[in-house]
Amino acid sequence: MTPTRQDDVQQLLETLSPIEKKILPFLQFPVDQIVQKCGLDMTSVLRALRFLENKGALKLTATNKKIVNLGVNGLYYKKNHLPERSLLLLLEQQTPLTLDEAKKLSKLSDNEFKVSLGVLKSKALINLTNGKVVLNASKEELSKKSFEEQLLDLLPTAFEKLAPEQLFALENLKKRKDIIEIEERQDVSFQLTSIGKQIAGKEVSADLIEEVTPELIRSWTRGKKFRRYDIQAPVPRLQGGKRHFVNQATDYGKRIWLEMGFKEMTGNKVVSSFWNFDALFTAQDHPVREMHDTFFIKDVQAKLPAPEIVQRVKKSHEEGVGGSKGWQYLWNEKTAQRVLLRTHTTCLSSQTLSKLKKEDLPAKFFAIGKCFRNETVDWKHGFEFNQTEGIVIDPDANLRNLLGYLAELAKKMGFEKVRFQPSFFPYTEPSVEGMVYHEGKKEWIEIFAAGIFRPEVTIPLLGEPIPVLAWGPGFDRLMMMAYELGDMRDLYSNDIKLLRNMSFWKQ
Amino acid sequence: MATIKVAKTELEKYTPLTPQAYATMNLMGIPIEAVHDQEVEYEVLPNRPDTLSVQGYLRAFKAYFGKEPGLKKYTVKKPEKDFVVRVDSSLKNIRPYTACAIIKNLAFNDAKIKEMIDMQEKLHTTVGRNRKKLAIGIYPLEKISLPITFEARKPKDIRFIPLESEREMNGLEILQRHPTGREYASLLDGLEKYPVFVDNKGKILSLPPIINSHETGKVTYQTSEIFIECSGFDFSILKKALNILVTMFADMGGTIYQMEVVYDNKVITPDLSPEKVKLSLEHTNKLLGLNLKEKDLETLLPRMGYDYAKGTVMVPAWRVDILHEVDIIEDIAIAYGYDRLIPQIPKVATIGEESEESKLTRKLASILVGLGLLEASTYHLIKEEEAKRAKLGEEKVETENSKTEYKILRPNLLIPALRIFSENKDNEYPQKIFEIGTVFKKSKLSETGIAESEHLLIACSPSNFTDLKQILDYLSKMAGFSYALKEGTHQDLIEGRTGVISIHGKETGFIGEVHPETLQDWNIKMPVTVIEFSLRELLSKS
Repeated sequence: MTPTRQDDVQQLLETLSPIEKKILPFLQFPVDQIVQKCGLDMTSVLRALRFLENKGALKLTATNKKIVNLGVNGLYYKKNHLPERSLLLLLEQQTPLTLDEAKKLSKLSDNEFKVSLGVLKSKALINLTNGKVVLNASKEELSKKSFEEQLLDLLPTAFEKLAPEQLFALENLKKRKDIIEIEERQDVSFQLTSIGKQIAGKEVSADLIEEVTPELIRSWTRGKKFRRYDIQAPVPRLQGGKRHFVNQATDYGKRIWLEMGFKEMTGNKVVSSFWNFDALFTAQDHPVREMHDTFFIKDVQAKLPAPEIVQRVKKSHEEGVGGSKGWQYLWNEKTAQRVLLRTHTTCLSSQTLSKLKKEDLPAKFFAIGKCFRNETVDWKHGFEFNQTEGIVIDPDANLRNLLGYLAELAKKMGFEKVRFQPSFFPYTEPSVEGMVYHEGKKEWIEIFAAGIFRPEVTIPLLGEPIPVLAWGPGFDRLMMMAYELGDMRDLYSNDIKLLRNMSFWKQ
Repeated sequence: MATIKVAKTELEKYTPLTPQAYATMNLMGIPIEAVHDQEVEYEVLPNRPDTLSVQGYLRAFKAYFGKEPGLKKYTVKKPEKDFVVRVDSSLKNIRPYTACAIIKNLAFNDAKIKEMIDMQEKLHTTVGRNRKKLAIGIYPLEKISLPITFEARKPKDIRFIPLESEREMNGLEILQRHPTGREYASLLDGLEKYPVFVDNKGKILSLPPIINSHETGKVTYQTSEIFIECSGFDFSILKKALNILVTMFADMGGTIYQMEVVYDNKVITPDLSPEKVKLSLEHTNKLLGLNLKEKDLETLLPRMGYDYAKGTVMVPAWRVDILHEVDIIEDIAIAYGYDRLIPQIPKVATIGEESEESKLTRKLASILVGLGLLEASTYHLIKEEEAKRAKLGEEKVETENSKTEYKILRPNLLIPALRIFSENKDNEYPQKIFEIGTVFKKSKLSETGIAESEHLLIACSPSNFTDLKQILDYLSKMAGFSYALKEGTHQDLIEGRTGVISIHGKETGFIGEVHPETLQDWNIKMPVTVIEFSLRELLSKS
């Protein structure tokens, strides 16, 4: 043992907070006795002990202990009867009974009744024949308390103390709703260090100043001493209010678009197939329009826009416009009227184009928001996702301009390196896939789906084949990377702890 | 989407597989999905089903890498005697069209048979929309006698042993009992007669789009001559699909023979003569932002498998995706190289503008965040059991065939908020949340029959009426709107502690303490007080 210098002891004593001082005289006792003697509650005593541990005066050891306690239903059953006992008591007076009678007379809920039948049958205390419940137990058997009942009487108790038959009963009861609650408790003990032993049992005089008060300021005289703080001691955590981290990211997205001179489009999430597919030259038998990919809405049918537009879109599909062959099939109005949850924000673009006037050109629009696909939910899939989308309507726009916008957007998002390759979408030609180089991950990731709207889209909506550059960065993937999330479900889980702990959007 | 593997040795015949070569392959418009030890796996986008076979891919590859540029020519022989398929008019509303061919001089082995079947399946699932639009049958010629008839028959008059079966079945039995029959039965649903191909001796070759006969419809390694038919509803697609198939077989070493397909008039298939399409150099340069010359087109287009002369492009008969000049212009860009296109932002000034909704959301959110509230963001769909718990009846807006338990569009933000509290019982209290989001209800007035509005929800637990009214007061003062409260009722709130919120004189929402019964239903153990109102009035003001 290294001898402790008297200075160290003195300095330690100067750092003691009021609660530490309170327990100091009783440190030779175990924790529960300290609580009794010092006049503080358990939480404060534990805090004081932790402070002392930080200061090197003692060493805490915590052992976990499982306590078996009664749940909400358990409390009720202990006071009254377990449902199977209620049923037995009923059958003792009246047997046999039909299932319906037994259920009614016992006043048990569906679930309780079902469980009771199961339990009693497995103990061979009743028989079920021809839909009747027949008592099959002797007086003696009836008078005896079951293991489950005995266990209820015993609770609460420590898990370790349970005998094998009590464990068996516990397993049975655990399967039932809210009868048992198992709590984890911590037992805390401690050992004094050498310096701890020197201060234990001491009464510390209160001549050190605890806090600065208005009174103290007024009456301050030189030479008084403050209690020393342990500035390394952990402090309770603060919880701040904040935007949902997904919305922080979408707000950032909006800012980028606005800086680039784009106007925001908003619109409904429930739209007609017409705006979501037909106006975008997606053939009516295209697989994306099948039920297993898209959420259609039951019992409703959309109104179609002005007949001129509908006719032009129909012609575009059936025989083509502006020199196109079209898809060469019979376009069906009813199919276009099917209502759905938008599968992309491009349905906002198609609506915007249909309302645009020539004098508004050139124009730039963006949208950002939730889109939907009929999909199961796992770590990398979900039925909702965030999409953003930009369009530029400019009679002079071309493919190189499209790449220019994409490169600029990538740069604003913090990606210096970008590359492009051909791709395919039903409503754009040429089509582009844009990839950016992620410096952290050291890999190329696809973020842009882009292209120039086909004349089969622009002629029906704008009246002439004006180039419309369009692109949509996939947002969720970027967000997952930025927030270092591995599971897509986290974006929508609303786990309050996650929301509280999630750091802010970086840019 | 379909992915196909091609042996590296096949590609290495034309170019060493350097990193540069892989980069170039990605610029072809047929992206590489993965590079394996022996093979390169590529992805076929829906516009290029002609590359669903390795042969088709190699054709595109050789052209793009400049090894065999230009339109590939195939020899097509005229129909021989009895190379005839008669199409009966009884098929009219059943499966009216077929395009057919015969291939000779094939040498099959197990690998080639597998390749053929794979190709057939891939065409079925992509272009064929799972056999609805296109079904392909391939038969060993030695087992059948020409000419062939395509006709419609009553199901019970169709009897043959289907592939992978041991006994004869009739049409109905095949649809009910045979695994492939069951899988595709819906395609013949409700028809009185089914389509069949029958040979000259009356033997049934197949029941398209379901299955071939075991006897006459199974290609083996002994087969050297085959009969191919594509059946469906759109003759032009059938012809293209047939062209894709016959050129694949020709690249395997086969010789293509035409057949006479006899409707009211005779049509000869396959027809591999290219389609002539006019191309404007001016349009090309304008759309791509390039300054190409006529002679550039003469070198660029052949690299995508076209021939080009004086403003006219010869489009291969197996390309299904050339609907418009722009489709060819894209191919010019691909031949030019997307990597060589220099990005350029035009100097066009436009003014950015945030939507009213976004502005309002930002304002409300920053006020509430200042009060220490956390913003939530929940699914727009709620679970069926939640809808039941909230006693939603006829008015609920339901999706069809959802793959998860989330099936119904949320009518309010209270339901998701209660879900949040019930799922966060183990997290530290107090829990104070808000959400701004869209809610849905049926409405005859709206274009889709569904009306949407933006709502704000605030909920705190544990909390009481006073706590939330303080928040509402602060919010209205800071956001610059006034509200009025009057006593009201709400199925989930405690009577006497429920207020109806009016903004600009219009009732838009409520404030109140959630009833213990509702809390119990949701298995929530702490008191909750909520505010929910529509932002309609706040939006219409600005």
